[in-house]
Amino acid sequence: MPTFVYMTSCDGCGHCVDICPSDIMHIDTTYRRAFNVEPNFCWECYSCVKACPQNAIDVRGYADFAPLGHSVRVLREEEKGTISWKIRFRDGREKYFVSPIRTTPWGSIKSPADYEAPTPEAMASQELAHEPDALKVGKLPALSSAQLKPWTA
Amino acid sequence: MMARKKTVLVDCDILVVGGGMAGCGATYESRYWGRDLKIVCVEKANIERSGAVAQGLYAINCYMGMQWSENQPEDHVRYARNDLMGLVREDLGYDIARHVDSTVHKFEEWGLPIMRNPETGRYQREGKWQIMIHGESYKPIVAEAARKAASDIYNRIMVTHLLMDKTKSNRVAGAVGFNVRTGDFHVFRAKAVIVCAGGASHIFKPRAVGEGMGRTWYAPWSSASAYALPILAGAKMTQMENRIVLTRFKDGYGPVGAYFLHLKTYTENAYGEEYESKWYEHTKQMVGDYVDRHPVPTCLRNHALLEEVKAGRGPIRMVTTKAFQDPHKETVGWENFLGMTISQAVVWASQNIDPKHTNPELTTSEPYVMGSHATCSGAWASGPSDYAPSEYQWGYNRMMTVDGLFGAGDTIGGTAHKFSSGSFTEGRIAGKAAVSYVNDLGKELPQVSEAEYEDLKKIVYKPLDNYCVGRNEIVAGTVSPSYILPIHGLQRLEKIMDEYVGGISAHYMTNQPLLTRGLELLTMLKEDLHHLGAEDLHQLQRSWELHHRVLASEAVTRHTMYRTETRWPGYYYRADHPKLDDQNWHCFTLSRYDRHSDKWELDKAPVYHIVD
Repeated sequence: MPTFVYMTSCDGCGHCVDICPSDIMHIDTTYRRAFNVEPNFCWECYSCVKACPQNAIDVRGYADFAPLGHSVRVLREEEKGTISWKIRFRDGREKYFVSPIRTTPWGSIKSPADYEAPTPEAMASQELAHEPDALKVGKLPALSSAQLKPWTA
Repeated sequence: MMARKKTVLVDCDILVVGGGMAGCGATYESRYWGRDLKIVCVEKANIERSGAVAQGLYAINCYMGMQWSENQPEDHVRYARNDLMGLVREDLGYDIARHVDSTVHKFEEWGLPIMRNPETGRYQREGKWQIMIHGESYKPIVAEAARKAASDIYNRIMVTHLLMDKTKSNRVAGAVGFNVRTGDFHVFRAKAVIVCAGGASHIFKPRAVGEGMGRTWYAPWSSASAYALPILAGAKMTQMENRIVLTRFKDGYGPVGAYFLHLKTYTENAYGEEYESKWYEHTKQMVGDYVDRHPVPTCLRNHALLEEVKAGRGPIRMVTTKAFQDPHKETVGWENFLGMTISQAVVWASQNIDPKHTNPELTTSEPYVMGSHATCSGAWASGPSDYAPSEYQWGYNRMMTVDGLFGAGDTIGGTAHKFSSGSFTEGRIAGKAAVSYVNDLGKELPQVSEAEYEDLKKIVYKPLDNYCVGRNEIVAGTVSPSYILPIHGLQRLEKIMDEYVGGISAHYMTNQPLLTRGLELLTMLKEDLHHLGAEDLHQLQRSWELHHRVLASEAVTRHTMYRTETRWPGYYYRADHPKLDDQNWHCFTLSRYDRHSDKWELDKAPVYHIVD
């Protein structure tokens, strides 16, 4: 497949179409629901699975090497800042994992334009934004051109 | 059909092509230094989940740790030089290494969960250069910063060509592309362009050719735009022969870094024997004392694995059963996949492989061409003004040999081991330099010719016309005498590259006659690209991805032919020149393509080393 969409769960909202990095989640014109138009260009990145508000998208491993009967399910909760996984093996064994995804509120990153405007001296220097402070070593390291020389056999 | 497509004109100061890690860095930094500039980022997917980090990452592989005196930038230069068998742009690599810590510190401030060592309070090291993160949302976090910085983000626009200044032939003036949803033709007129597009998967035939062909190690949407866009604009390219082959867990291509470095797992052959030391003398005969360097270069470790498999003692396995008895290590092992290569968990679950009880198989991937991992293909760029030697410096930092054209990430050659954090950092370097360029332009603004973009518009939509006309000739199905579909062209490309330019079926081996024949077949494929048929806008995107892949593949083939030595055994072999040859080839290869004459010129450039 790799991703596929359950007919009874999908409401055709198109979140998966918006997010898919491979542009392979499309809306079927007859059923008005999403489906994977090009399974052999699916990376199984789960971007659509995580984005689906209806949990309507799942993955069946690539048919050319993945036997049936497995499942890797995910729940990504932005407000809680966690991602939860449930892995079921073909033989029924299960494993569970939970990880943090972010330590700050969504939308809280400052625009670079919200920092004090840089001076002409900073523009002329080798420093990048927020340096040298963000380096946490006092100053930006540098080499002199005399330290570079051509290789000789 | 083409005539119905609307043309949308967008004027901006800085155009960032591609919104992956490098593109987000370029967008962010451009805004910091260029408060009043119009900064536009254009992306063929959605920057929330685009580029190689779309799926997430479980480690940041380039962090010095200067605040704790863990490493200095020159240490990283030595490491990258050693891993690439002596050949990296040390000026560019040092530049990334000296800035990368500030990037990572901002990532943490923005909300990226970076693991800490409970004993030292420092970032949890996976290896000397790698720190461990919970990076499922790495890309959404970085994308948020870019969205805050940009004047506009254009998602779902596939950039097909750069535009050149009509008054100065070697100056860039913007880019064109089409909206994959609406079909509108977009013309971006820009004072400076920063190419931050992706490297190349799917130019060599992958190991899985059925449904699983999308499970390549590098993302299937990395379609070589990083190279095709600059090549078509006449930019010089370097080290395009330096493709990379990855040793990874079989079929899922799950990463091995954390397994080797943090979990301390190790490899053995099918009979439980250590094998790398067996191939020491053999390898030494090919590459001399490069085999004695530490750590052993990635390509040479591949080489030992390949030789052991050829000797009939495969499969090679990763011994996980010991480490995984520790529940913490078991968790790290699984979360490592779930954070960046979920498919490996799918493969193991489907085949009942629990690494606590079974040692999983490893394999070597098909070759990829990229500029940010343990390899350094890409455009030839100007170095930093405070120390780059004069031969490496002709203008602004990270400007290519075309005026106003900058690059970062997979696009820029010679700078291996930048990974996600280094790519973002290189984007920042290019962003600041592009602001300088725009500030210095004064009244000499680039001029875009309407005739040029109108001509390109016809070319861009031709696959839709080809299909529309040709489709009427046949009853149904995919076989037409008048057009080929993008997937047909892609599979032909992969077969040519595999068989003639050193892919998996040839054991990564090639020679002059094979390369010559490969070029003949690539030439016919290039001609056939005029007959691509696209049923819809999605297939039109696939058509232009294929165009980009084919042009990059031609560069790879020509560079491979030019370098008459085997520099990186384990990545590829020139069977007619089976040894490393420092006397003649301790240098960079350079190429330049002239789109008017369809001719390539190849040349050498010297390698400058940092003292010691």
